Amino acid sequence: VKFSLLARIGMTSATLLVFTGTTFAQQQPATTIAITHAKIFTLAGPPIDDGVLVIKDGKIAAVGTNVDVPSGAQVIDGKGLQVYPGLFDPVTQIGLSEVSAVSATVDTTETGTINPDAVAADAVLPSSEHIPVTRAAGITEALAVPASGGFDSRGSANLFGGQASAIHLAGWTINDMLIKKSVAMVIDWPTIDSETFDLATFTRKPRAYADAKQEYDKQVDELSDWLDNARHYAVAWGHGGPAEYQRDLKLEALVPVIRGELPVLVFASRVREIREAVEFCDKQKIKMILAGGAESYKVKDLLRSKNIPVILQPTLTEPLDEDDPYDRSLTTAAELADAHVKFAFGSFDNSFARRLGQQAANAVAHGLAYDEALKAVTIYPAQIFGLSDQLGTLENGKIANIIVTNGDPLELTTDVRYLFIKGQLTSTDNKHKALYEKYLNRPKAK
Amino acid sequence: MNKPLSVTLTVVIAAILAAPIASHLFAAEPAATPTPEAAPIILIQNATILTVSHGTIEHGSILIKDGKIAEVGDSVKAPKDAQVIDANGQFVMPGIIDCHSHIAIDGNVNEGSISVSSIANTADVLNPEDIDIYRDLAGGVTTANILHGSANPIGGQTVVIKLRWGQPASKLPFEGALPGIKFALGENPKHSNFGGRGSEARYPATRMGVEETIRGAFSEARDYKAKWDDYNKRSAAGEKNLIAPRRDLRLDPLVEVLEGKRYVHSHCYREDEILMLLRVAKEFGFKVRTLQHVLEGYKVADELAAAGVGASTFSDWWSYKEEAWEAIPYNAALMTRRGVIVSINSDDAEEATHLNQEAAKTIRFGGLSHDEALKLVTINPAIQLGIDKRVGTIDTGKDADLVIYNHDPLSAYAVVQKTLIDGRVLFDREKDLADRANLEKEKKSLIEKEKKEQKEEKKPDAKPGDKKPDEKAKPQSDTAAVGGAL
Repeated sequence: VKFSLLARIGMTSATLLVFTGTTFAQQQPATTIAITHAKIFTLAGPPIDDGVLVIKDGKIAAVGTNVDVPSGAQVIDGKGLQVYPGLFDPVTQIGLSEVSAVSATVDTTETGTINPDAVAADAVLPSSEHIPVTRAAGITEALAVPASGGFDSRGSANLFGGQASAIHLAGWTINDMLIKKSVAMVIDWPTIDSETFDLATFTRKPRAYADAKQEYDKQVDELSDWLDNARHYAVAWGHGGPAEYQRDLKLEALVPVIRGELPVLVFASRVREIREAVEFCDKQKIKMILAGGAESYKVKDLLRSKNIPVILQPTLTEPLDEDDPYDRSLTTAAELADAHVKFAFGSFDNSFARRLGQQAANAVAHGLAYDEALKAVTIYPAQIFGLSDQLGTLENGKIANIIVTNGDPLELTTDVRYLFIKGQLTSTDNKHKALYEKYLNRPKAK
Repeated sequence: MNKPLSVTLTVVIAAILAAPIASHLFAAEPAATPTPEAAPIILIQNATILTVSHGTIEHGSILIKDGKIAEVGDSVKAPKDAQVIDANGQFVMPGIIDCHSHIAIDGNVNEGSISVSSIANTADVLNPEDIDIYRDLAGGVTTANILHGSANPIGGQTVVIKLRWGQPASKLPFEGALPGIKFALGENPKHSNFGGRGSEARYPATRMGVEETIRGAFSEARDYKAKWDDYNKRSAAGEKNLIAPRRDLRLDPLVEVLEGKRYVHSHCYREDEILMLLRVAKEFGFKVRTLQHVLEGYKVADELAAAGVGASTFSDWWSYKEEAWEAIPYNAALMTRRGVIVSINSDDAEEATHLNQEAAKTIRFGGLSHDEALKLVTINPAIQLGIDKRVGTIDTGKDADLVIYNHDPLSAYAVVQKTLIDGRVLFDREKDLADRANLEKEKKSLIEKEKKEQKEEKKPDAKPGDKKPDEKAKPQSDTAAVGGAL
């Protein structure tokens, strides 16, 4: 028997659905654009006053003061305006959900606990209303992350939640939008829950610690087993090839993880879970990125020593414990920065993704250096997910994801005047603005 | 993670439907309450004062006496014994008023078992030790409208409180503020998003049924009122041997609504249900005081203005359910432009800690002025709650409920330095920071003590299952707060 029917079906659909991961050609003709007389924050050096930035074929072609505007270029006068790399939101459910409470519109979290082969890009809706709304906040790229919580979360812990995809927040199809199909494998780290939720009575019920701990250990063992099996699978495939082994899509999806090519994005809040996740990834020799990290400040030295970056939970989050300082969630970013832990801000949401800048600014109000905050929503997330050669700063050769604002992009009252994705001037109009204009012009009711 | 941003639907559903979680009703009252000393005389000086009523005073001063604002201006003479708060480079604004809150409620916010739960009253279950009181105080909130949840077309009775951290439950209610009652329209009272297929339905299950539930209850209330009016009239006329009508605790609050002695605060989303409620109110001759959430209020802003109803909404929440699909962050500005009194509320303990920032968003979304934006969290909610003679602006004679920020409060970089209620500094950031080391020490010693006691209690027959969980239970108030949210 060469292939079971099941394996054949699996393979066929995999072949059809898997993206090549290469950059797709732009659909509109290439244009050359020059933004002139603007203050340019490249984030790769000091800000440039009265600078020029040239965009050509979707990339940044030149940036500086002594830059000639190419003939035939479309010129945007940036006098009085400021230019930044577009913001990057590294944990969202963008494209995976429209209306949280309407399950027919939600594709965030697969059922079951082992879904390493679920890929966000396969379910991102390019015409999602959330995309232009989020874009209007100056966010030009994001990760669509399966099983990442938020309002749109369904079901309980996915041990392996699936693969996060990096997308541009514009495009006619997913092909236009895709930056990279698979940038991280989501692990929702198990917790020792001292309470269970009883759906029949809608009440929380206490659970004995010993039982909770046993369940937790079992789940960690399961994670471990899957990675060990993926290792065996990779070896077997290397030797015998598909002719002798049935293909297993879940194990196959884990192979890049055990090879150290695909990092795991581990969702954990409490210090004990973070520590055990770090130990686990260390032992498994896999690359870890921490997501959430409410108590990451308690293990900042460990995170630094292991070079584990953090996608920090929203600063606009209540402290975990009653006796935590009231500003606990606001000061973590500054503490991580002081300890030289690499971190980025994430909205961890869909409809609230547009609060990303606010989150970063609030951390500045509580001790984080402003420059660090700006980098933590641009170049740092790009670095953490291995995309910094393409995104995150305004440097020659990078993809031209750029915003032109009338002020600090993290401030509540700042407007995004121009926005470029892959070098194309992209509208910041959206459903909200359209409804605003419609009802602004409603004739006065009698 | 326990923010609205990241709350799971399960929790939301739980909070809306949950039978009251076993609670410690009587733990709320601290055993010994220190009698509050007379409020000190305080002079806040060198501040940028955002009065809300009469513009901004640069390098101004505020004199506080007997818990009230005694004087405001650019040159204020203070008695020698006044405590001086030098607010050089800082901003003072009126204390923030949150017109939709579920903090300080002991246990669940919903009596969700019945369609008309007007017997329940949030005032009966105030928990003065809820840490969210302190957290919101640290976010500049001084007054909050403590609402019942939204599981019923006619929900429970509500109370306005001041965030007097450290005082017992009996001292929290805002003296003289009219009590309210929560109504709810749309998906929550018709239980759209929970229960699931096959679960037992509770009437109403449609928006039509929601309307009929309210009309039915008010028809009863009107008859009940007529009986009492008749009895009172005859009794006053000296008629003997009268038997008083039987007291109906469910209808009493509705009679108060009919008599204008109790405000209606109604949860709503869609334009159609908003107009429906206004029709029902007209039919029975009562006023709707505020529409809560009212995310499609912008579509019927003229009608709201004509009805004189207040609108209390979110800054930028949307798409979390079907009826929030056309919610837009321009809502507050559009309604303001059409003459509606609008406030921005939190519905959530965390959101309440940055209502100043949420108000600021209306400058970007709809172009409100700095002053108009400030009003959304100060004088406008004060008007909506009928307490605008007491609070909401910085004027002589008003309660000294004030917030001091290190920057313009309509910025994401502003941090509250001090919050005053009735002329007392109830939150002081400097002091909070200074106290942390001691609190940490105290916590450690308590843990040590507990460990020691556990060791001593450990007997050979102790079962492993009896071991205490070392993970803290999620504070109930989190779930409770979110319950009203959706």
